[in-house]
Amino acid sequence: MYPLLFLVLQRLFLGALTLFVVSLVIFASIELLPGDVAEQILGQSATPETLAAFRTELGLDLPPHTRYLNWLNNLLAGDLGTSLISQTPITDLLSERLYNTFFLAGFAALISVPLALFLGILTALHRGSSLDKAVNVVSLAAISVPEFFVAYILVFIFSVELAWFPSIANLSSDASLLERLHRTFLPALTLTLIVTAHMMRMTRASIINLLALPYIEMARLKGATPTRTIVRHALPNAVAPIVTVVAINMAYLIVGVVIVEVVFVYPGLGQLLVDSVSKRDFTVVQAACLIFSATYILFNMISDLISVMSNPRLRHRK
Amino acid sequence: MTSALQKLHNIPATALFGMFVIACYIFVALFAPVIAPYGESEIVAYEFEPWSRDFWLGTDSLGRDMATRMIYGARNTIGIAFVTTLLTFLLGCVAAFLSATLQGWVDQIISRAVDVIISIPTLIFALLLLTIFGTSVYSLIIVIAIIYSTFVFRIARAVAVGIVVMDYVEAAQIRGEGLWWIMSREILPNAAPPLVAEFGLRFCFVFLTISGLSFLGLGIQPPAADWGSMVRENASLITFGDLTPLIPASAIGLLTIAVNFIVDWMLHKASGLKE
Repeated sequence: MYPLLFLVLQRLFLGALTLFVVSLVIFASIELLPGDVAEQILGQSATPETLAAFRTELGLDLPPHTRYLNWLNNLLAGDLGTSLISQTPITDLLSERLYNTFFLAGFAALISVPLALFLGILTALHRGSSLDKAVNVVSLAAISVPEFFVAYILVFIFSVELAWFPSIANLSSDASLLERLHRTFLPALTLTLIVTAHMMRMTRASIINLLALPYIEMARLKGATPTRTIVRHALPNAVAPIVTVVAINMAYLIVGVVIVEVVFVYPGLGQLLVDSVSKRDFTVVQAACLIFSATYILFNMISDLISVMSNPRLRHRK
Repeated sequence: MTSALQKLHNIPATALFGMFVIACYIFVALFAPVIAPYGESEIVAYEFEPWSRDFWLGTDSLGRDMATRMIYGARNTIGIAFVTTLLTFLLGCVAAFLSATLQGWVDQIISRAVDVIISIPTLIFALLLLTIFGTSVYSLIIVIAIIYSTFVFRIARAVAVGIVVMDYVEAAQIRGEGLWWIMSREILPNAAPPLVAEFGLRFCFVFLTISGLSFLGLGIQPPAADWGSMVRENASLITFGDLTPLIPASAIGLLTIAVNFIVDWMLHKASGLKE
């Protein structure tokens, strides 16, 4: 049989199952509220009649499993419900912000992936050199300090001292691509620094593991040039772990966006989520959490799939 | 005496630095009311006074003394993160040891629940739960402890599964000792060394998450002084070229780095590697 096909299908099924259970958890978490949503929104002073009317309006009089199925059904049809506070459809609220968030994350990914791979491979090849040590110290510091610290340091350098980039990344929807890139540069750079640090360290570790394997030693011993050893022998086998590392860090990136968006007042999904949490707008929080979780699960699944598929022992039919 | 000095000499400089930093933080946190020149949320001057003899680090957006808030912040921020980490470990270890000792369906239920919670990004799940339970210090501690206990659970379970099959645990079971005895007297002492290093690392994550949430205005609530919210409240100063609001943020970073140094050293020692 095809063990690879079986494994891939198994991972896809597990991913779908995780997504389903997570949607259940996100939906059910609202049930933990003391009282219910109607009581929370209308407060103590509401009369029983208004409460009942509001419950019917929100569909709270239906049993939980019917509500969940309705919610899921609407979700799959692209309808995320309406905001409890502003009464606007959540889909309208989200669509542009979702685009902005993915734009920011994509921008950061475009800078950080090549940079991290370059630095990771370079430091792994020159292990123990002063470059390696310097990069190590900087990346350790970037991981240890809070994200907002990195963000404000960059604001101080690039927007206050040098005045190259704006410190607030508010966008109008008709901004040109160039203006967009200019305005989102600082948030993207912040994300880049944080993600690159993780990604670079993981790349470095996996390359070092690889270089310790016997067949690399064999290549060296038979007299292959260092370049040939790396390009011809090491890299083909390094692709799999590196792609896995990249996929994991993309999952990181999507979540790391939240705090960075708040620092730069960037009109993205993270900012909306934080605002909705303080306003206790349950439906918007649910929708935003679902989108973040789904993206996170998706990237983790991709990284899992790649690591399975890149195993040559599984790729060929036995 | 000489052997103590000898031991101290064998500790790498980074770990010594880490210990020194942590000792300073603990000292400041414990003696905050004695050291601080003013009261925690006492308004002492106009807003955003510059650094001076009276106000070492100037005043904040409400005219409270920054240095005083930094000192009390050590107490609140570190204290809450520490209590949360303790609770995280209590929850995680009890669940893990129960799982490992009882096995069967108890293990299955707890492990699958942990799988689900871990598949949701930490910060996102924290935000979801904080919406429901409201933003107070108690809900913050409980929410973060529950989420992070899943990570502790995985590690503690892996360690405990190896211990449960040992002869001395079987001997205790045959002797008729209760579940609590086996968990606390047989498993815990043997699982402790790897868990101590894990405690340090988890503390860092919990500390950074709580600071992040406080920065978002969803963690430790005013008027309590806290480093995360101090950055947010005074961030507008940065656009005027004043870096004072970043002092609390660097205090957070310094503590994380110090703990990391010590954890590295402990892991290095535990792995039996010699220089």
